Amino acid sequence: MTADKPSPLAAALPWLMPLGLVALWQISASAGLLPARVLPAPSAVAEAGLRLVQSGDLQQNLAVSFLRAVAGLLIGGAIGFALGLMNGLSRLGETLLDPTLQMIRNVPHLALIPLVIVWFGIEESARVFLVALGVFFPIYLNTLHGIRNVDPQLVEMGRVYGMTPAALFARVILPGALPSIFVGLRYALGIMWLTLIVAETIAANSGIGHMAMQAREFMQTDVIVLSIVIYALLGKLADSATRLLERAFLSWNPAYAKA
Amino acid sequence: MVNADIPDRTGGAAISAVGLRKNFAANTVLDNINLDIAPGAFVSIVGKSGCGKSTLLRLLIGLETPSAGTIASPALETGEARIVFQEPRLLPWARVAQNVEVGLGPRAARGDPAALEALTRVGLGARGADWPAQLSGGQRQRVALARALVSKPRLLALDEPLGALDALTRIEMQSLIEQVWRAQGFTALLVTHDVSEAVALGDRVLLIEDRGVALDLAVDLPRPRHRGDAALAAIEGRILDHLFRQPAAGAIPPGEAAETKPLRED
Repeated sequence: MTADKPSPLAAALPWLMPLGLVALWQISASAGLLPARVLPAPSAVAEAGLRLVQSGDLQQNLAVSFLRAVAGLLIGGAIGFALGLMNGLSRLGETLLDPTLQMIRNVPHLALIPLVIVWFGIEESARVFLVALGVFFPIYLNTLHGIRNVDPQLVEMGRVYGMTPAALFARVILPGALPSIFVGLRYALGIMWLTLIVAETIAANSGIGHMAMQAREFMQTDVIVLSIVIYALLGKLADSATRLLERAFLSWNPAYAKA
Repeated sequence: MVNADIPDRTGGAAISAVGLRKNFAANTVLDNINLDIAPGAFVSIVGKSGCGKSTLLRLLIGLETPSAGTIASPALETGEARIVFQEPRLLPWARVAQNVEVGLGPRAARGDPAALEALTRVGLGARGADWPAQLSGGQRQRVALARALVSKPRLLALDEPLGALDALTRIEMQSLIEQVWRAQGFTALLVTHDVSEAVALGDRVLLIEDRGVALDLAVDLPRPRHRGDAALAAIEGRILDHLFRQPAAGAIPPGEAAETKPLRED
């Protein structure tokens, strides 16, 4: 790679396909090939978006969904990370806890929705609980895996060079496990949106999922499509945020360094 | 022969081992080893793959506990022993200078001038801000050497540090190791599979065979020594003869034995 900056053409290349598809969609809708009842034109979706922004509904629902996602991620991610560290560093912890966690992991967490509704009703806590449960496992598993796969030769080196257990953890074990922890975070972000969409669609009175379900009752396909587009954008945003974090924390690794 | 140009060796730590034995499960790797190593000496340890030479080294610097016997060295009591492994074992997520600072121990301050000094000594003074991944294999091993030297150890163990390097880099590293040893005056223990390297660098060469020291030769030749020197070749020949129990007629050229790939011993 000789050029420091990609040429404008190269930068535009990844956008060609999605923009082309949207254009095709717009043309077939305008030409009447696509009934608005099945799939409204992109312009109609944009108009619906504008309408909802003006009424303030979109911002409010977006904020509610975003807060639920972040709360669930923080709670589930923190517990998963803590247990992953504990079981990665202690054989006893792993022997005691891991078999149980592996068993629970095999239950699809969305199967718990009826039980969760019984427990929490359709309160905020129900959605946050489901998201937390969903993100817990990828973070737990990848933290555990990352710690277990830290190069034992580096750990020996650290010991020989007199690192205290705390220094060994901070300078050798945690940085060594970090790439794997980020993989877990990426999986967790995917599961976070998925869980939230399902939870909001089934049992909620606010949020993007609820907005879509309400629109279904009034046959507002434009709002339904808008909700889907928003979920796609949020997913992309989460992915880009992880990429930024990876670049910041893993710049030592040629695989993550900027090309 | 006395080498007048060798500096005072009081900085090096003596090692004394009595009745050392090491078992791994039911397997006795080393038995009844008695060694006295003078302060500041450069001792090379050679032997066939799997003979226990790395185990002996690890015992001597306290990385392994002996199954029987005792080891005494002032460097072990004060934590002034350092090791360079066959692999550089640099932290890939720490810059070169921070990797060297690891050698300063738990009380190391970031940006300690000693790190730069050690890097400069191994010829990498300008690479402190690089990631280890940006260096070549030989350069990484130099950083590992700088990390071992930065705390001014009194005992330096080298566990086949050049085994993974190409022939030219190896020769460069050999003279670098000799140069820093002469400058800093530590006691050096070098495990190597390369007999000519052992003879070129050591004051004394130990051949490990059948769980014990089979040969203990003094190499009393002036430094720097020249490759291909007749006196060096004669000592090398004696060791190889002993290893292969064959006449000195050169049935096995020294170079060939030196170039066999080392097998991992651990």
